[in-house]
Amino acid sequence: MSTPNNEEMSGEATSAVQARDSHVPVDHPEQTGEVERRSTSADPIPDPGFHDPGPRYTDVEPKAAKRAERQIAGMFILASVFIVASIAAYIYFGIDGDEATGNIGEVQASNFALGITLGMAFLLIGVGAVQWSRALMTSPEIVEKRKPLRSQDDVREDTLASFNTGTEETGFGRRTMIRNSLLGALALLPLPAIVLLRDLGPLPGDTKENTVWAEGVRLLTDVTYQPITPEQMELGQLVNVMPATYRDLPEHGPDRLNERAKSPVMLIRMLPEEILAAEGRDNWHVDGIIAYSKICTHVGCPISLYERTTHHMLCPCHQSTFDLADNGKVIFGPATRPLPQLPLAVDSEGYLVAQSDFTEPVGPSYWERGTR
Amino acid sequence: MSTTTPPTPGTNGAHPVVKSAGRVVDFVDQRITASNWLKRNMRKVFPDHWSFLLGEIALYSFILLLLSGVFLTLWFKPSMAHVYYDGAYVPMRGILISEAYASTLDLSFEVRGGLLMRQVHHWSTLVFLAAMSVHMLRIFFTGAFRKPRELNWLIGVLLLVLGVANGFTGYSLPDDLLSGTGLRIIEGGVLAVPVVGTYLSYFIFGGEYPGEDIISRLYPIHILLVPGLILALVVAHLMMIWYQKHTHWGGAGKTDENVVGYPFFPIYVAKAGGFNFIVFGFIFLMAATIQVNPLWFWGPYDPSQVTAGTQPDWYVGFLDGALRVMPPWELDIFGYNLTLSVLIPALVLPGLILVPLALYPWLEQKVTGDTREHHVLDRPRNVPVRTGLGVAFIVFYILLWIAGGNDFFATVLNMPVNWISRFLQFSIILMPPLAFWITKRICLGLQRRDRDKVLHGRETGTIMVSPSGEFTERHAPLSVGEAYALTAHERREPIEPGPATDPNGIPNPAYKRERRQARLSRFYFGDVVQKPTREELEHTHHDGHGEITEGDTRDQSAAGDHIASGQQ
Repeated sequence: MSTPNNEEMSGEATSAVQARDSHVPVDHPEQTGEVERRSTSADPIPDPGFHDPGPRYTDVEPKAAKRAERQIAGMFILASVFIVASIAAYIYFGIDGDEATGNIGEVQASNFALGITLGMAFLLIGVGAVQWSRALMTSPEIVEKRKPLRSQDDVREDTLASFNTGTEETGFGRRTMIRNSLLGALALLPLPAIVLLRDLGPLPGDTKENTVWAEGVRLLTDVTYQPITPEQMELGQLVNVMPATYRDLPEHGPDRLNERAKSPVMLIRMLPEEILAAEGRDNWHVDGIIAYSKICTHVGCPISLYERTTHHMLCPCHQSTFDLADNGKVIFGPATRPLPQLPLAVDSEGYLVAQSDFTEPVGPSYWERGTR
Repeated sequence: MSTTTPPTPGTNGAHPVVKSAGRVVDFVDQRITASNWLKRNMRKVFPDHWSFLLGEIALYSFILLLLSGVFLTLWFKPSMAHVYYDGAYVPMRGILISEAYASTLDLSFEVRGGLLMRQVHHWSTLVFLAAMSVHMLRIFFTGAFRKPRELNWLIGVLLLVLGVANGFTGYSLPDDLLSGTGLRIIEGGVLAVPVVGTYLSYFIFGGEYPGEDIISRLYPIHILLVPGLILALVVAHLMMIWYQKHTHWGGAGKTDENVVGYPFFPIYVAKAGGFNFIVFGFIFLMAATIQVNPLWFWGPYDPSQVTAGTQPDWYVGFLDGALRVMPPWELDIFGYNLTLSVLIPALVLPGLILVPLALYPWLEQKVTGDTREHHVLDRPRNVPVRTGLGVAFIVFYILLWIAGGNDFFATVLNMPVNWISRFLQFSIILMPPLAFWITKRICLGLQRRDRDKVLHGRETGTIMVSPSGEFTERHAPLSVGEAYALTAHERREPIEPGPATDPNGIPNPAYKRERRQARLSRFYFGDVVQKPTREELEHTHHDGHGEITEGDTRDQSAAGDHIASGQQ
């Protein structure tokens, strides 16, 4: 904040209160002087000058001042009480709880007691300080003059001259070879910064196009991981499903989680005659049991709100709605493409399996999606 | 050469506190000439108005964010490695969850005050961003961004962006179901980036989504990089305010050449310091009584699960709303996909909002051609077009925000969510211009009322019956101070273009530019209701049509005194 012309900035303040009352700040003599009056001929009413609101009640009434003093001190004392109370609350409200039942209630009680005591302590200190300044501090309202923020003309010229001298001394304008080679080197400098970030992640390769679904992979109920026979599916039922190969993935490490973000499938049973299968998809369902990717084609939320009478499936994030009877077609919302369908079959033991992987990438659109 | 320095001046016989404070100042002064700076700045004048507190709320909630955030880092583990939970929260025991989520649960249930600090941290964020937003609206509507404060406006816009970014990264750290869903939506947005989207996503997440890297990568950004930038910009913001001196509202004695208010020391040390504690106090009381983000209810993140009716934190709501109501547009460019339905709301819209917002001070300067310094604030009504544009933006933003909760509104209003989205798609286009027009008319009406008040005084509601049976309303004159405050603003006239050709018929090369500027200027100021001129004021009083003169004679003379004294 220190600038060369700081020196000139002192003595720029004037007092608004002039001779009108006794508030001339004796500790700051440079803040006295005339208020500059602004008025142009077109203005209907010239500036009447600063209006002093007059003394406060606490200025003229010693009893009121005394009362305000007691109030403020009272707030500060009460704040101390709350601070001590907060330490007491910290000790008193243990959150060890009972092993069997958990301890949310105790945590809430501790939270409440600590929060209220600390909050009140802060609030009382704050209100007390503000009240002190409003009711008792005797500082008058002051007028301070502003100076134009631009430097004075001669200073500006001197600065420009110094800059010119400096550039002249480097020969920046003349020595074009040095200048251009430097600019070239500096222009290249961001490249390593980008290259150094290369190992943040592997290249996508074909990972976005493939899941662990494949021919003959059984559909397992999510969470309990049981294989499903067609007879177990009731009409109108929806079951969340994961591929059997998912269980082979290591428990730790990212693979499992990544597959969870890609492979979840919804299995629904409807009447076979309700399914409006597109060309080539006639044999993708098993007696009206049909499977779709659970990952929304908009921005990838797992969709889950199924209306069984209409076969509409709504994504709770952005309300894209898909018609599961009609090849997962988008019927409302911002999604631009239908839900990928998983072709189903029944294996020799009578369990539902996939005919193949999804025939298109699951999840949100991306630039090169159409070329894969 | 003497080995002793002269005694500290001015401390003889003073109170012991003053004495020791003086010794400290003396110590510092003898090393860095501190008194020079202190002398000029201790009594620095700051004006008083409730609307100047909004920025302070943002500052204090930011301080609280830093303090509570440091507390949280002492226990939080930014790791996505999975562990079997065995902590105090019984329903989650035995489940494989990430260390980030587990440590957040531990922090909430096994550290006394941990839950409180988490709630304080979350509430401070919500308050911080709300205060910054409202503060920015205040600056916009009062014209406080005008020269010389354009740079501070720019810093403010940056601070808002950084604040939203840091809020979002923080939201993503605990690895609960909601934070993971938020990240999934971000991944969808990144994938929509043309050409490099997939690569960007793989670099950000360290491979396929969600991977095991994202939380440890967001962590340093959330606790170091962005807060550091915010802190640096806040310091610059405050230094600039300090150096340029605060703006003030127009009124008697207040001009572009002065600043009227109370001294920093002691008034604002007490007031601002006290206000800091008041903000802390309110946030602690909120954290104690209003639950925010109870993430043990949401459960750990599982990419195959989501809950219905989830909304992001309020400051991301408008972006989520834009994603919800965007029509399903996608372009196919030789087999490559350009997903406009994600690209526009996620990337284009923020740009379309931020760039004009950041450049507004210069845009308005282009229209007005005004390069002078301004330190007296505009009353919003006196710049009807700017005020209209601001309100149009607010309406646009609020509609997007409503769209972000369309499922919530569908439940509350008992209407299909599809109707609400459809209605919003049209409203977002049609309502802002309507809001602009209505606001402008309201401003012009208020200007007309101000003008009438200055000319005729204030309506008292007292109805007089004259002996001839005529009914009139008595008008009370304004005090000079009030009347001056209503006329203190500048008279703004639209700029006229120069002649198309000079007297010799040679075309003016700048004519087209001038005409364009004149058109814009007419758009801004063509309809403005001007304050009365001195002649108009005198005219009203002398020809007896002024309603003040229809009151009783005591009133009349009082009015004469009031205005006349103003005209000396």
